[in-house]
Amino acid sequence: MSRYRAIALLPVMAALSGCNLVVLNPAGDVASQQGDLVVISTLLMLLIIVPVMALTVLFAWRYRQSNNTARYEPDWDHSTQLELVIWAAPLLIIICLGAITWVTTHKLDPYRPLDRIAADKPVPAGAKPLDVQVVALDWKWLFVYPEYGIASVNEMAAPVDRQIRFSLTASTVMNSFYVPALAGMIYTMPGMETKLHAVINEPGTYKGFSSNYSGAGFSHMRFNFLGLSNQDFDGWVSKVKTAGGSLDRNAYLALEKPSEAVPVQHFGTVDPKLFNAVVNMCVRPGTMCMSDMAAIDRAGGLNAGGKAAADAILRANTLAGFPDTQATGLCTVAEAVEAAANSGAVQRPTVTPISASASPAGPQRLANP
Amino acid sequence: MLETLTTFLFGRLSLESFPYHEPIVVATFFAVMLGGIALVAALSYFKLWGYLWKEWFTTVDHKRIGIMYMILGLIMLLRGFADAIMMRAQQAMAFNGSEGYLNSHHFDQVFTAHGVIMIFFVAMPFVTGLMNYVVPLQIGARDVSFPFLNNFSFWMTVGGAVLIMASLFIGEFARTGWLAYPPLSGLEASPDVGVDYYIWALQVAGVGTTLSGINLICTIVKMRAPGMTMMKMPVFTWTSLCTNVLIVASFPILTAVLVLLSLDRYAGTHFFTNDMGGNPMMYVNLIWIWGHPEVYILILPCFGIFSEVTSTFTGKKLFGYTSMVYATVVITILSYLVWLHHFFTMGSGASVNSFFGITTMIISIPTGAKIFNWLFTMYRGRIRFELPMMWTIAFMLTFVLGGMTGVLLAVPPADFVLHNSLFLIAHFHNVIIGGVLFGLFAGIYYWWPKAFGFRLDPFWGKMSFWFWVIGFYFAFMPLYVLGLMGVTRRLRVFEDPSLQIWFQIAAFGAVLIALGIGSFLIQIAVSILKRKQLVDVSGDPWHGRTLEWATSSPPPDYNFAFTPVIHDNDAWWDMKKRGYARPLEGFRPIHMPSNTGTGIILAGLSTALGFALIWHIWWLAAVSFIGLLAVAINHTFNYNRDFHIPVDEVVRTENERTRLLSGQV
Amino acid sequence: MTTTVEAMHGGHAGHDTPRGATPPVFHVTDEHAHEGASTALGFWIYLMSDCLIFAVLFATYGVLGTSYAAGPTPKELFDLKLVALNTSMLLFSSITYGFAMLAMEKGRTAQTQGWLVITLLFGLAFLGIELFEFAHMIHEGAGPWRSAFLSSFFTLVGTHGLHVTFGSVWLVTLMVQVARRGLIPANRRRLMCLSMFWHFLDVIWIGVFTFVYLMGALR
Repeated sequence: MSRYRAIALLPVMAALSGCNLVVLNPAGDVASQQGDLVVISTLLMLLIIVPVMALTVLFAWRYRQSNNTARYEPDWDHSTQLELVIWAAPLLIIICLGAITWVTTHKLDPYRPLDRIAADKPVPAGAKPLDVQVVALDWKWLFVYPEYGIASVNEMAAPVDRQIRFSLTASTVMNSFYVPALAGMIYTMPGMETKLHAVINEPGTYKGFSSNYSGAGFSHMRFNFLGLSNQDFDGWVSKVKTAGGSLDRNAYLALEKPSEAVPVQHFGTVDPKLFNAVVNMCVRPGTMCMSDMAAIDRAGGLNAGGKAAADAILRANTLAGFPDTQATGLCTVAEAVEAAANSGAVQRPTVTPISASASPAGPQRLANP
Repeated sequence: MLETLTTFLFGRLSLESFPYHEPIVVATFFAVMLGGIALVAALSYFKLWGYLWKEWFTTVDHKRIGIMYMILGLIMLLRGFADAIMMRAQQAMAFNGSEGYLNSHHFDQVFTAHGVIMIFFVAMPFVTGLMNYVVPLQIGARDVSFPFLNNFSFWMTVGGAVLIMASLFIGEFARTGWLAYPPLSGLEASPDVGVDYYIWALQVAGVGTTLSGINLICTIVKMRAPGMTMMKMPVFTWTSLCTNVLIVASFPILTAVLVLLSLDRYAGTHFFTNDMGGNPMMYVNLIWIWGHPEVYILILPCFGIFSEVTSTFTGKKLFGYTSMVYATVVITILSYLVWLHHFFTMGSGASVNSFFGITTMIISIPTGAKIFNWLFTMYRGRIRFELPMMWTIAFMLTFVLGGMTGVLLAVPPADFVLHNSLFLIAHFHNVIIGGVLFGLFAGIYYWWPKAFGFRLDPFWGKMSFWFWVIGFYFAFMPLYVLGLMGVTRRLRVFEDPSLQIWFQIAAFGAVLIALGIGSFLIQIAVSILKRKQLVDVSGDPWHGRTLEWATSSPPPDYNFAFTPVIHDNDAWWDMKKRGYARPLEGFRPIHMPSNTGTGIILAGLSTALGFALIWHIWWLAAVSFIGLLAVAINHTFNYNRDFHIPVDEVVRTENERTRLLSGQV
Repeated sequence: MTTTVEAMHGGHAGHDTPRGATPPVFHVTDEHAHEGASTALGFWIYLMSDCLIFAVLFATYGVLGTSYAAGPTPKELFDLKLVALNTSMLLFSSITYGFAMLAMEKGRTAQTQGWLVITLLFGLAFLGIELFEFAHMIHEGAGPWRSAFLSSFFTLVGTHGLHVTFGSVWLVTLMVQVARRGLIPANRRRLMCLSMFWHFLDVIWIGVFTFVYLMGALR
């Protein structure tokens, strides 16, 4: 693969020497395959682009007005064979490229667990991926390591050659999580969860940032991605652990407030249900979780018993300050159900508690249109 | 009490809304004011107001409306380019801890305004203006189907532009990016007036665009001269037809999605909110279902221009007319099947992503066929390198690069590493500047002599051409490199000092483009001064092939004294070849639509309504809405909307042309 | 490349055949003003663009129609009997508009006006019932701000209602114009446009009735 890369870069090599084209020379296997695809696709298209450009220049020169020796046929405007060629040539290229697209899009689907950690290294049997939960906040990144019970802000570390399984969401607006050296980007969206699988193959410090504009502090929404040896990674984990600080719901709510150019922060302990609460937008106490809301909706609404229920909901909502355009003004499930039940015509809906709805294939993958 | 009163009178508008503490804005404001006062004074001094009102503002003549669209586009180009050069300057200097000279509050408005203005108020007016001017002439018609609607559409576009310009001095513009994705554009993340300016400017202008689309479709379908079957229409008319079909089939989607966004902001609904069941991704889908056809709305007429120019300046019939037409139609249809490629990174499944990736690539096949058709039109031609042809060659070389990077971005895994990067920015500027803008320049140089009766000065035209083309490469090739270095778009400050040189090169390119724009303006001024030397009395300075060249330059109000009859694709070429003699007698009175001020009044009221809604000035909103209804209803009571140009006047006009033509021989 | 092109081109050398002997006609001398010839087509295209706005609203309802946000559901809110009554009002108004058009074809001004009045009354009845339904729902706490389902419901049905409102204003305007000038061609053309508009709203409503109310009640 690196041979392709070298060929493609030849013409611009001189101009670009000394500048780091990280997209084409990344340190992670996924990004590396994606970078190769950029090069292969470009070469494939150059097969037709180069002749077209050459012919344009050639014809423009050859058939200039002052060149009386060139043939001039003002009424020649059709040739079936030629037209077949000019439709077929791009078609052939696109068939090749389309096939490549279909295969690689499936192979490099960010939701798909990796089957290799490098070109010649399959994922070791029984190896457990490193789970990292990512929250794009205004305007900083929160990384939670559920396996280790730690969290960090604007700094992320991962051991070399171990598959990383990202679960990503955002607090208020859409961002995009991107470490060019590691793997392609994926959107992070409030109330939704996206996934990304990646691996870093070379130790080092790499740039990570948001690649989707998200407001005033967007430019400073950067972090260092540390690719570490296993030993160094363990060291990093224990460093974070000993740093103290606890990321419970209140700490999260404080952290969530908009701030810019935030320095690295470490948290030695994390509320294990925090990420799920963030995805379901119910970190603030007394807020109904979206998964619960969806469960009620799937059950056909808070009740199937007519107008009385609507009244009850209205009353319940009034208790919590309704009408208020913010969901945070909503009552908790328990309150709503109780208020509705008191009105006499309501069956209690089956509400799944948060902890039980934490399956990865849950309702979070709303991202699929 | 006083507070209640001011809130009632002015809504959210207060002294604080005027950015008098921002030196850049204040300086701009004074420059604009001085220029405006000078203009108003000059118009008053030369007593031109009456002339402007009677002959231009209230005109229903498609030619004058077309010219006014071009002027609007040019003015807004200056504004949009000012934004561009501010961005390039900011990004070239914000290194090594420097914050540059724009804070995020400004920078974020600047890049949003740049995108919105360049697409909606530069490219669209230019394209619509050219279609308005040329299409009726090319099909041998006296005007469009609905001349009053045409005037109204134009002024609605102006209304939108006025709102955008107002946001510069009153309040602020959106800080969301040009498509205003929620939740960022929702009430919680953007509570101020910026997004409301965005919404109402686009809604007001959008009404105009949709109506203009309907108008031109009807014109092309119903008003073609006898003998002009669909497959005898000039290619520019064909591409205009497809573009207007796209407009009518996509702008309502934009209208609807912006209505939903404004309901979220004004009525507290939950379409695109994070909570209560709202779904922001639906906005992203819907806006791109409009947004992707939009780029074809811009490029298709330019493809038409290149076809006309290539065939005229090679002195040859267009190669593969039929396949050109089918390619255009195929692009029109396919443009609705590709929208998801703008957000592969949202996490749709692999099959969905590859479907949209492959449909996107398929579009490159008819586009490629078009390129080849132009290429083989040049083959065995006699190419005259006049300015329109120079722009066409520059287009062919530049556009294929942009097309290639576009197909590259359509490969989902490649898009994962290039999406939202400066590579993407370079790509779409490569196709929009290299395709749309180069095409518009080719069209402007090509049809200018038709519109004004004299050519544009070639020296300054060549200066402009070379500054633009070289400037383009300097400004955008570095962005490709930066994209491959993993640099994302819309960043205001940078950490990595090794990037700076590329941004400086890009800024240099922007300066070259500024010189290109300057040369263009000088060219117009010089040409007007030298109009006697550059005059063309024949009406056919380029040895044209289509009907617009059959009439005088500028054409008379009625375009053609007699409606032409068509026998060939290249109708005028065919007429010339077969010894067509211009009729010199037998003229009749000509039935024409009358001018009306209703269009500009309605658009003015709509703009006032938009402004009132932006600032929550409810009384003004109510008054202007009722005014709109009243004026519109009142207009329908006017049954006398046309008149006949008396035969003497036709004879006089035609005799003058006869005299000029014989004088030339 | 060039040589192959040349070979291909050879086959088409005889393309330009000489034309017939009769001198071609290059212009029309006898023209007729065809005022309003494009109006029907133009209005029809406008309706299609309006149809797209409804398509977006239907699609939105399709996506959000089950997002009740733990709030009221269609089953609880929709009163099918009332909606059926409402539907019949609109359908009747379409029929009476048809009668108005028939009377117009026969040139009977008074009869046309009579049917238009009846159409207007049916239209207003429809609007009245719809407003009653909306007011009732909002009173029960089920306003458009309550959930995404209700947002999309109110917007879809309300947009249709707005169209009927504008159609009614237009209808009154046309009645005044017919009263003043009679069934002149311009007025006939306008009545025809409004007729298309009115029937179009009927078709949209059938979509609303089926897709929103019936399927909502069945869900």
